[in-house]
Amino acid sequence: MDFLIWFGKRLLALVPTFIGITIISFSVMHMAPGEPMSLQADFNPKMTPEMRQRLRAQYGLDKPLYVQYGKWLKGLVQLDLGRSFSPDRRKVWDKIKERLPVTILINVLSMILIILVAVPLGVWAAVRQNSLFDQVTTVLVFIAYAAPAFWVALLLMLYFGIELNWLPVSGLHTLMGYERMDAWHKVLDWGKHLILPVFVSAIGGLAGFSRYTRSSMLEVLRQDFITTARAKGLPERTVIYRHALRNALLPLITILGLSIPGLIGGSVIFESIFAIPGVGQLMWSAVMARDYPVLMGNLVIVAVMTLLGNLLADMGYAAADPRIRTGIREEE
Amino acid sequence: MPFKKTVPRTVFLFLFMAAWLVQAQASADEERPAYGDTIIVGSIGDASTLIPMLASDATSHEIAGLIYNGLVKYDRNLNLVGDLAESWDITNNGKTITFHLRHGVKWQDGEPFTSADVLFGFKTIINPKTPTAYAGDFLEVEKAEAPDDYTFKVTYKEPFAPALSSWGDIVVLPKHLLKGKDITKSPLARKPVGLGPYKLKLWKTQERIELEANPGYFDGRPYLDGYIMRVIPDPATMFMELKAGGIDWMGLSPVQYRRQTNTPFFRENFRKYKYLSFSYTYLGYNLRHPFFKDRRVRQAISYAIDKEEIIRGVLLGLGVVATGPYKPDAWFYNPAVRRYPYDPERARKLLAECGWTDRDGDGIIDKNGVPFSFTVLTNQGNSLRDRTAQIIQYRLKQVGIKMNIRQLEWTAFINDFIDKRRFEAVILGWTLGQDPDIYDIWHSSKTGPKELNFIGYKNPEVDRLLLMGRRTFNREERKKIYFKIQEIIAEDQPYTFLYVPMALPVIHARFHGIHPAPAGISYNFIRWWVPKNEQKYIMR
Repeated sequence: MDFLIWFGKRLLALVPTFIGITIISFSVMHMAPGEPMSLQADFNPKMTPEMRQRLRAQYGLDKPLYVQYGKWLKGLVQLDLGRSFSPDRRKVWDKIKERLPVTILINVLSMILIILVAVPLGVWAAVRQNSLFDQVTTVLVFIAYAAPAFWVALLLMLYFGIELNWLPVSGLHTLMGYERMDAWHKVLDWGKHLILPVFVSAIGGLAGFSRYTRSSMLEVLRQDFITTARAKGLPERTVIYRHALRNALLPLITILGLSIPGLIGGSVIFESIFAIPGVGQLMWSAVMARDYPVLMGNLVIVAVMTLLGNLLADMGYAAADPRIRTGIREEE
Repeated sequence: MPFKKTVPRTVFLFLFMAAWLVQAQASADEERPAYGDTIIVGSIGDASTLIPMLASDATSHEIAGLIYNGLVKYDRNLNLVGDLAESWDITNNGKTITFHLRHGVKWQDGEPFTSADVLFGFKTIINPKTPTAYAGDFLEVEKAEAPDDYTFKVTYKEPFAPALSSWGDIVVLPKHLLKGKDITKSPLARKPVGLGPYKLKLWKTQERIELEANPGYFDGRPYLDGYIMRVIPDPATMFMELKAGGIDWMGLSPVQYRRQTNTPFFRENFRKYKYLSFSYTYLGYNLRHPFFKDRRVRQAISYAIDKEEIIRGVLLGLGVVATGPYKPDAWFYNPAVRRYPYDPERARKLLAECGWTDRDGDGIIDKNGVPFSFTVLTNQGNSLRDRTAQIIQYRLKQVGIKMNIRQLEWTAFINDFIDKRRFEAVILGWTLGQDPDIYDIWHSSKTGPKELNFIGYKNPEVDRLLLMGRRTFNREERKKIYFKIQEIIAEDQPYTFLYVPMALPVIHARFHGIHPAPAGISYNFIRWWVPKNEQKYIMR
């Protein structure tokens, strides 16, 4: 019960933060030079000033900013994100919805890859601190971190896609004959197309995450209870994986919580390079075209995910660490 | 005539000049064309809507052009010919055009096409509620009628020569599907129903658009069964997809054309084409600025810039020098205007005549204590323009002019600098139409906010000629008028015209029937074919 009250309070506290985020986003967006019709209308000889005014009125841009915001907020309360300003005038939610699955898929896969590789890497590096292995991984990880993603992507495409001809260059599945494949071959086909994008999108995170694991692990290994565990005569494996790692993973929960918005945020860079129709590209083109409703729709989703991610991280922390749970009780 | 701001997309409507055409293929076409196969085209952007009058981007118009037809179209030599109209009469001193429509044409859902569809399209485009960028030409119309199912008659307030070409595919809509509905919310935007050679099969946003042949097309079923446009936003990826066999057709950059496609693999599998694109790049001056008011100064700068050098350095030779606002292979292009070959001596002399000399010995010419230093603006992300600016900077320095380069994001560039007239000079480009009318760019009435004569060019003689050119349909008369306009503009040098780049499409070698012509290559797309034994994609 205590927990529920605590949870409810936290949730309520998010509402003003959320409104604040939308107000700031809304005004910053409108401060950027240019307007949604810019792309259609600028330098178009067939565009008369009257038509320009009419378009502005259709989009509601002739009203003061606070009226526009109020109208948008009213829509949001009714879970309506409005219609895009681009010529297709589609519903914002439809535009985002059709892109979400692929973005989530790639980001979840890359997150799994990051955890699977970075955690063991970090642990080994910490256990063998200053060893050759530690130093080599440090250097490699930083090289991977520093290399521009688009460049790595192009090199991989060139090598695996053209030189060796093992993997497809871009896209999500084979263009011709895909409909005739059975389910298993379809999965295989998707898998082949996803290897490079998932790998490229994981590279950056890999570096950060393995470093976090390493330093957190080093800190824990210095603690008294590890000495105790070793003194008890526990096997080194048990000491490291049961006693040390569990504690070392605590800060990583926070980091994981904070990366939740990234799961749906998408990335313009690898989506463009691999021609993947994801949220990142949608967001980018919406910025370029000053498509305010689509931008706001995206921002709302990212803001909600960020706030929820924070909350989840707090909760996960509380669940994993009894000290924090007790702390809550004392506070109440 | 929208501004050209990026590297050309998959290239469709381009002209060429016979002399510059290198690869022409003719041999195999004596064989009998075969039906079948599919072409996959790479495009850096997705279409936005497939209702032509609502679309403003090139990709949407490319796709919509295969699905819809207009009353008239341009043929291979850029003459206007009938499409849905079999013929037309111009009467009433050029004010009335009467189109006689084809009989028996059907929409892709089986409904017959009649003049009511044209009238409906016209009423929709002039409806203030329709968010279209193309209403301008149609607002000149005084009256439009459909006296019977196969006659469409339109009367203008005054004779308006560009009017004829405006009756293309933008204005013909299926009335039976749109009547009484809000066009902005119509499902036709995503699922078009047209009259054209192809119909939409599938559209996956930002991924691909698949079209299939329309067997009932009035002009004969196209040979290729399918047309697929794949969206690949990154040009480097697109080039790799081409090599990996993932696409059949894309536009090359000059570097790709010259240096990366000369391998035996490319010679065996692909054909490259080149012809002058429908555009030119220029250095435009703000004519309100004291430096650029004197036309001798502008002429001097034109002499100081080596345009051949820019074409060699930036386009690797794949372009020609622009001498005016048209490309050299158009019927209205005047080759005999004043030219400005590279001549730094003459530039210095002209500048000295206007009082610009280096008095303080700092290497920069000055007048009344003001050094000749200005900033040229160009849009970010266009490496061709950036390099052009650098070459110009170098050459101007040699005649004592200091030119700074500043790159700006497109929207900010237009809204904060061009629209507010806060610029000294710009490097930009224009996309050209097939009609010589350039009223909107050069007439002195078009200098208002958001209008296209943003440099502030005013010449009463040009104003008069521009109006005359709109009032006559006679090609010979128009030619004379536009020749004269080019002479005046070349003398005035409100822009330094730099170059007309070439379009450089590359297409897989299995496609036959591609015959480059002044209209480019895609004018006869529905007659391209692949021999049975070379067909790659079997659709059914």
